[in-house]
Amino acid sequence: MSSGARERIFARLHATDTGTIEVPKVDVPPLAASGKEENLERLQQLMTAMRTEVHLTDRGSWTDRLVELAAEKQWKSLLYGPDSPIGSELTAAWDSIGKALPELVPYDGTVDTFKERLFSSIDAGITGAKGAVADTGAIILWPTPAEPRLMSLVPPVHIAVLDADRIYGSFAEAMEADGWAKQMPTNALLISGPSKTADIEFTLVFGVHGPKEMVVIIRK
Amino acid sequence: MATAPSFDFDGNVDRALADGQLRTNLRRAMDILVEKRRAVFDDTENLQALRSAGNAIKRRALSKLPQLLEKLEKNCEKNGIRVHWAEETQEANRIVLDIVRSHGVAEVVKGKSMVSEEMHLNRYLADHDVEALETDLGEFIIQLNGETPSHIIVPAIHKNKDEVADIFHEKIPDTPYTEDVEALTAIARKVLRKRFAAAKVGVSGVNFAVAETGTLLLVENEGNGRMCTTAPDVHVAVMGLEKVVEKLSDVPPLLRLLTGSATGQLITTYVNMITSPRKEAEKDGPKEVHLVILDNGRSRILADPELRQTLLCIRCGTCLNHCPVYLRIGGHAYGHVYPGPIGKILTPQMEGLDRAGVLALASSLCGACAEVCPVKIPIPSLIRRLRAESYAGGDKKAVPGGGCSRNLTETMIWKGWELVNLMPTANRLSLKAAGLLGGRAPKIGPLRKWTCTRTSPVFARESLHERTKKEGVKDE
Amino acid sequence: MRKPDKVYFFGTCLIDMAFPEAGMAAIRLIQKEGVEVIFPRQQSCCGQPAYNSGFMEEAAAVARKQIRVFERPYPIVVPSGSCAGMMKLHYPEMFAGTSMASAAHHFAERVFEWSSFLVRMLQVRYRDLGAPVKATWHSSCHAMREMGAVTDAKSLIGQFENVELVPLQREEECCGFGGTFSVKQPAISAAMVNDKIDDIVNTGASTVLAGDCGCLLNINGAMAHRGLAIEGKHLAEFIWERTDGNRT
Repeated sequence: MSSGARERIFARLHATDTGTIEVPKVDVPPLAASGKEENLERLQQLMTAMRTEVHLTDRGSWTDRLVELAAEKQWKSLLYGPDSPIGSELTAAWDSIGKALPELVPYDGTVDTFKERLFSSIDAGITGAKGAVADTGAIILWPTPAEPRLMSLVPPVHIAVLDADRIYGSFAEAMEADGWAKQMPTNALLISGPSKTADIEFTLVFGVHGPKEMVVIIRK
Repeated sequence: MATAPSFDFDGNVDRALADGQLRTNLRRAMDILVEKRRAVFDDTENLQALRSAGNAIKRRALSKLPQLLEKLEKNCEKNGIRVHWAEETQEANRIVLDIVRSHGVAEVVKGKSMVSEEMHLNRYLADHDVEALETDLGEFIIQLNGETPSHIIVPAIHKNKDEVADIFHEKIPDTPYTEDVEALTAIARKVLRKRFAAAKVGVSGVNFAVAETGTLLLVENEGNGRMCTTAPDVHVAVMGLEKVVEKLSDVPPLLRLLTGSATGQLITTYVNMITSPRKEAEKDGPKEVHLVILDNGRSRILADPELRQTLLCIRCGTCLNHCPVYLRIGGHAYGHVYPGPIGKILTPQMEGLDRAGVLALASSLCGACAEVCPVKIPIPSLIRRLRAESYAGGDKKAVPGGGCSRNLTETMIWKGWELVNLMPTANRLSLKAAGLLGGRAPKIGPLRKWTCTRTSPVFARESLHERTKKEGVKDE
Repeated sequence: MRKPDKVYFFGTCLIDMAFPEAGMAAIRLIQKEGVEVIFPRQQSCCGQPAYNSGFMEEAAAVARKQIRVFERPYPIVVPSGSCAGMMKLHYPEMFAGTSMASAAHHFAERVFEWSSFLVRMLQVRYRDLGAPVKATWHSSCHAMREMGAVTDAKSLIGQFENVELVPLQREEECCGFGGTFSVKQPAISAAMVNDKIDDIVNTGASTVLAGDCGCLLNINGAMAHRGLAIEGKHLAEFIWERTDGNRT
């Protein structure tokens, strides 16, 4: 039985005096400090190299850029979280613009109620980003009840809205600055671009099971 | 030898060496992976410091292993992740099956997991009428073809695109033959997307489990991992008990070492950190998350001060990529789940030296693996130790099957060697004898094996001992 | 450490049996620099063959013998990266925690790989008296990974202006000797040595140089088996022939 197994495993583990295992006093090599401009540039460079489309906008005009992209890419539906920080700005922007826009589809019920639609007829999903990591070119996502986990995975396009002052030099820095250890979310993600694979003869192909396209709008 | 290996290693080797296509594929693949790793770790000094740090982090985890596992369990349970313990693979399989059955389903979607291969989970589930669908592209390909993975990180590395085209055309209904890699990938995406949407249970491995926060960390590029761990109602994660690390801050250096060593990436597309199932206000994520922690000999390996270093492994696969033996025979020849250098030290310890000890002989001890191991496992030393264990006497064996290779012939050969090298007179005589034989030693035993590929070694008429004496080189 | 007056020379059992001229060349090249070479007649083998095969007690017995034979505090120069590595790295491991620990440590401290000794301790300078030749270099695994001797060996070759050194495509890949590996896993070993030879042939070199006679035994034997006229030489013999040895 499982409980018996647990006891026996721990008995064996405790039988070894693991405290005598030598642990060398080695620190993780320090990472070079980098400034905000450097971080922004590095993030853009690395994300672009991994096929993410990066757009820099002013804080106030990001929805204009989004609207342009929507028209250019001809999205018909855009999944969003109405209660998310960007939700109200989105709906406001949509309300004020008269011309044809993708339908704003709210993720407002549990996935069980709309899995079919989510998997088959949503063109793009838009979320905020908690931050980003410059030295690896990844955005940080902490899904919330307002912006659930599958938003950044299932629709073929994922748009992430990131504030430039939330770009950290490294993952370690981000964890430290935001006190991850004290309050891990149910799911934390680093995302460095659209999904990809090189499993067949090392030929790189983008768009496997996760999004085929990734767009990051960086608000300065 | 007195061992009776459970598999025909020599036969596997001969077949692999004769397979020109396999050897070409392997050479190309290993060159690519070696080069990618070199490119991403372009700062040598930093890399060495990082490796030392990785070694220290993993050692620290082993030095507190029972405490960390307790803490991991406590924090996971507090967050709603149900923790199960399994001593052996059958127990682990049973636990997974029970979870699947309790939800009344007959299929699961699966992310790549070496532990699940160790468990032979797919076969077990199939035997109990549950289909386990592999969703990582490489695993998906070989599953369609009824094969097992040949590499820890790139399981279908031995397959060409025309072979993949054949497999897809033949095994997936209504699929035309195409060698276009984008088209092949699109086919896999289409097939699997339906299954992700419908799946009730997803199974995955765990790259690191963080005790401090009760977090399961997974890395991947394709998105299938997240599909398996996020879309279904139930997520079952399986892990070896040595995968636990102490703190969240241990993750960034290990992550860099893992992705850099495995695929030459600064980071994978996704780093997925799971700390809880779907909480009440949340709209998606699995309603149940289970963690199955497997022992399968690891606690026994931990007991030996030298061999416990085997447990430092973070399953990056780079030792395989640098191994001149793996390069030539590929993963399947090893006959077990873990191939390459890590396989040579892990498998005999798990399966017993009597069944798999031959793997510890399949190494020239060149040290290429140890040079690149991100956590500095001294693999050649451990291989040597396992060889010694296979000849060990006495009752108490450090490794199952210890002493299985003991035989009179070898014992006498090495005893004879010892005497010759301890007694200068004997040494001189044997050198003289060799010199007299010249190149005409009879081709028996090892010499016969040598001379299949090489001319007989020629022994000098006068040894260096004699030459130095003649040339007046002082004795002391 | 300044240039010593006297050094021990550990010939290695392979050189003793099959490559004595390489051993003599290595000795003469040290003597040429005004250093006295002492060759204790009681020496035999470093113990590596038994050690790598898992016969630890026998290996330790033979190792202990060498430690006792080379008892004076002279440097011990070894014309082989694998034997030097055995003595420098593995002797202290073998005897850690035993009564021999200190002796093994003091012994190991004095061990030098031959080409490293020439470059770092003797700072040799050579003039190339030999005919132009195209050569290639094989990096023996332990010379490279345990003794860090390859850059030294190459800097020695670099002093010979008539030597065109063409690199192997896979210089650092194991030649497949591995001691008993070559007879316990002969098929894999054969595949490795044959790839190494293909690489050598592709360089167009007439000579392949190495610092380890185990590799040379393996490579030369396989080249001869394939009927190739390429010569495999220990670096010491090569250098000796192109310097003073050329005059005889």
